[in-house]
Amino acid sequence: MAVLSVDAGVPLRVHALRKSYGQREVVAGLSFALRRGECYGLLGPNGAGKTTTLRCCLGLTAPDEGVIELLGLPVPQRAREARMQVGVVPQFDNLDPDFTVAENLLVYGRYFGLRDAELAPRIPALLEFAGLAGKEKANLRILSGGMKRRLTLARALVNDPQLLILDEPTTGLDPQARHLIWERLKALLTQGKTILLTTHFMDEAERLCQRLAIIDDGHRVAEGEPRELIREHIESQVIEVYGEDAPGWAEREAHVFSRRVEVSGETAFCYVEDAAPLLAHLAAWPALRTLHRPANLEDVFLKLTGRELRD
Amino acid sequence: MMKLACPDLSLRSLAVWRRNFLVWRKLAIPSLLGNLADPLIYLFGLGYGLGSLLPQVAGGSYIAFLAAGTVCASTMNAASFEALYSGFSRMHVQRTWEAIMNAPVSLDDVLAGEWLWAASKATLSGAAILLVVALLGLIASPLALWVLPVIFLSGLCFAALGLIATALAPSYDFFMYYFTLFITPMILLCGVFFPAQQLPPAVQAVAAWLPLTHAVALARPLMGGQLPGAIGLHLFALGAVAVLAFAVALALTRRRLLK
Repeated sequence: MAVLSVDAGVPLRVHALRKSYGQREVVAGLSFALRRGECYGLLGPNGAGKTTTLRCCLGLTAPDEGVIELLGLPVPQRAREARMQVGVVPQFDNLDPDFTVAENLLVYGRYFGLRDAELAPRIPALLEFAGLAGKEKANLRILSGGMKRRLTLARALVNDPQLLILDEPTTGLDPQARHLIWERLKALLTQGKTILLTTHFMDEAERLCQRLAIIDDGHRVAEGEPRELIREHIESQVIEVYGEDAPGWAEREAHVFSRRVEVSGETAFCYVEDAAPLLAHLAAWPALRTLHRPANLEDVFLKLTGRELRD
Repeated sequence: MMKLACPDLSLRSLAVWRRNFLVWRKLAIPSLLGNLADPLIYLFGLGYGLGSLLPQVAGGSYIAFLAAGTVCASTMNAASFEALYSGFSRMHVQRTWEAIMNAPVSLDDVLAGEWLWAASKATLSGAAILLVVALLGLIASPLALWVLPVIFLSGLCFAALGLIATALAPSYDFFMYYFTLFITPMILLCGVFFPAQQLPPAVQAVAAWLPLTHAVALARPLMGGQLPGAIGLHLFALGAVAVLAFAVALALTRRRLLK
């Protein structure tokens, strides 16, 4: 479907966004901008302000301060107009349980002012895309979690949006279902859609996002391409050392080989540029099990946001 | 602080109305029969049972008197149930409103769609009873057709009041209070089962301020073939409560969902 675009190129721009609830500042001066056609990730622990940021971007809650431009339109002032060109996959399932699979898409399309005649040919194509062909008349109760997520994705595409906003799209799904969602999202990127994604799965972010921002306590602590962030913020190699003796060993020995060591429970994470000396040393400690791997985004994330639990 | 800002409304509220209509259509017959059963049991039980003991009530048979009250009370019940239980399910449990608001539909549209829908459904319930009553020959003249706009207006009034309760409700249990403390007293005080003139003057004075009183005051004469007295006052009372209650419901729902 041809889309008349008035947007100059930046699908979403957020500048110095602030939002407080009572005494708690949930978003504390956050800025970022999406490039057309990319997948941009917002990563952060629970309570970092991801969902609040998305609600502000959609005009569902008014920011205390800051500027938001969604598809070239000021938000919240013209949020309704901007949402014409946006598809949303929310964090919690809110498909309409009173309807069948196909009716969910039909009824949702009507909220965009689309006529039934326009929607009728789109629905089979969307279901095909979501791997739900043949399930048109199915009751939602019989769908698995993965099917519901895919239907939610299909629903978000019913208006053929330029920008997709996905709030933790694969939380609670099994690995098969997650891989299928990722593959569909990649297909959407090749079609030229822009995606804004929040997640706390690092593998998801590494696979999908061209660029991402790590946010914590409502502000951005890092931004860049996943590889670049790993290079910039962390040593290239990680040696994980497990075992009852690991914490004691780490305290006494590890600092000789590794500039940075983090202990979590019975595991010591040793970050190094050159793994060989440490591995040679560890060969003399048969009680300790070791895992040598390249540093990944999760290491960066934990370094920047800390290891303590967030509830 | 409650803001009574100008509502941000569009024709998209009709898409919300259509959503609810489509759900209702799937279960229309059982839903209508279910809505009919309870009031008709009361109407026949009390109308014939109690009515046989009574002389004329307000210049006619007791069952004819009760018929007008039943039409209004059923309308009120249907509007309240839809705005409370069904509305709360869609707002809180199923998160349907949340999904709709991600589309270019404002919360105000959603609430207006729900409001109109609850009033429409209430009108269907009231009209179904009106039809049964007409088939039983308890209606005096075609003037009774004017009851239809009256029950639609009553539906708007009670749906808006119900949406206030929904905006405040922490859970379904809350609605028990609404029914026990507000709906049930109205059924007993507003001339549904017996003329309100039977009540002590102080209670009558309270009843005069309750919206169901005004609905009954319009519907009963119309079903009995007469023009109601003080039509303007009763219409104004219902209309004013409807509009004010909707404005309050809107402010409370915005506070709940758009924070």
